[in-house]
Amino acid sequence: MTTTNWTPAQPIVSIRDLHKSFGDLEVLKGISLDVMKGEVICVIGPSGSGKSTLIRCINALNPINSGSILVEGQEVHDPALDKLALRKKVGMVFQQYNLFPHKTALQNVMMAPLKVLKRPRDEVEKHARELMNRVNLQGKEDSYPGELSGGQQQRVAIARSLAMNPDVMLFDEVTAALDPETVKEVLLAIKDLAQSGMTCILVTHEMGFAREVADHIYFTDRGVIVEHGPPATFFTEAKDPRTQEFLSQIL
Amino acid sequence: MSRQIPGMSVIVQGKTDLPVLKPYRLSMSAGPADLGFSRWLQGVNPLTFVAIAGLLLIWPVVVFAQGGYTTAQAFEALWRWLPFLVTSGFALNILISFFTMLLGTVAGILLGLGQIAPLKPLSRFSWFVTQLFRNSPWLVLLFIVMLAFPFEFQIGGTIFLIPDWIKAVFGLSLPIMANISEIVRGGIQSVPTGQWEAAESLAFTRRQTLWQIILPQCFKRMIPPWMNWYAILTMATPLVSLLGVEELVTLSRQAMEAEDNHPELLMPFFGFALVIFFLYCYPIAKWTLRLERKFAVKE
Repeated sequence: MTTTNWTPAQPIVSIRDLHKSFGDLEVLKGISLDVMKGEVICVIGPSGSGKSTLIRCINALNPINSGSILVEGQEVHDPALDKLALRKKVGMVFQQYNLFPHKTALQNVMMAPLKVLKRPRDEVEKHARELMNRVNLQGKEDSYPGELSGGQQQRVAIARSLAMNPDVMLFDEVTAALDPETVKEVLLAIKDLAQSGMTCILVTHEMGFAREVADHIYFTDRGVIVEHGPPATFFTEAKDPRTQEFLSQIL
Repeated sequence: MSRQIPGMSVIVQGKTDLPVLKPYRLSMSAGPADLGFSRWLQGVNPLTFVAIAGLLLIWPVVVFAQGGYTTAQAFEALWRWLPFLVTSGFALNILISFFTMLLGTVAGILLGLGQIAPLKPLSRFSWFVTQLFRNSPWLVLLFIVMLAFPFEFQIGGTIFLIPDWIKAVFGLSLPIMANISEIVRGGIQSVPTGQWEAAESLAFTRRQTLWQIILPQCFKRMIPPWMNWYAILTMATPLVSLLGVEELVTLSRQAMEAEDNHPELLMPFFGFALVIFFLYCYPIAKWTLRLERKFAVKE
């Protein structure tokens, strides 16, 4: 693995002129953004604007065409990069939870630290139980994903990601598949995480939530960042007509 | 210059306002969960076989008028041969089916994993081998293996003979391998891609993902189609009698010859073969479908 002289004073995630196409369809047309350690970033925008693709490029789930993504100073799309080392630093939560259905909630949380990090079992289990408490799921340790509600499953997924002690967490529209009444419990868990100093990058449609927790909001449309700013000014002083139109439809 | 096949004539596709009988289409979807054979077999009313057995009893009576050989004599001959037919004949069919399934399953799993390998040449090659042997007539494969393979080989100074039935196992395991390969590939691909992505984002390697996350989820789903192929294979083992392997059908023919080839013997002897295969495969078909229902509810 390459060593870098990255310091926490520099952006923990730094994206420069990112281009990404699926065949002839160019989804990202030159995205640049910086995320500092401990910052909470929300990416909003209409469907099909490339938000999810952007977030999936950050932990190399999608390859990119050109540009650069640095995580803690390391180029994510360098072919020589140790992808496993990257993914130990970057956690991800998906829209469809993607829990492992053949394992209980607790086993889901314990699996990666046990098998990937090869930590001792008692230490892993202790940490996993703490995380289950943290996402307010005490008592559900032995339930299988199929026995849990969407909101509960999503919180297990958050705990599962946190079990790897990541430096950055990615959330890909994590409340989009949930029943309205369970959205809140998931947002609470994320809010708690954001306030604890975790660096979070969220793709979301929850404007109220973005306004409440985000340090910075990016609005993307058709593969470019149209406008960005802190929530205090972003929602009230949007200048671009596309942003204004989007916000008028949502708010 | 084409030869006219008797009974076949050129069918002109045309329009008509007369009521027409649509061509009969066999549904031959060969997906991994296709249990057509087991479904058919377990759907057969067991009484059908009682009826067939009844016909077998009547048969010698019908032909009695033509010869001096009686029903009692025919069945007495069967009774005399029965222990030999079962322990030496049918036992070999089962032995062949076991070893074929063992070899076919091991090779099929490897080939199926090869089909989903990220390495393109390997997955292409595995796909080709799978399609080749899935779509070849079993009997042709058997002939190739039986006739092209040596009947003995030498290591050092010792000569090892390869018995016919071992070669039959090799021949039959080729199509079984190809079909198991498809079951494995289909089973793995039935797991949503989100599972791969979740494992990937948790820094699991591809191998860990496959063995600890993907395969445990689809293993159960693969069992019913696997058993379905076992029943099909068992039913196909008499094919090897055409190549002289001394299994049930070969031995039945030899026994009838030893009994002076009375035509009255045909139905009792081959009827017995039918019944014993049915008794063996019917419970397997029942069990296959029960497992399939059980696993389906859990999904």
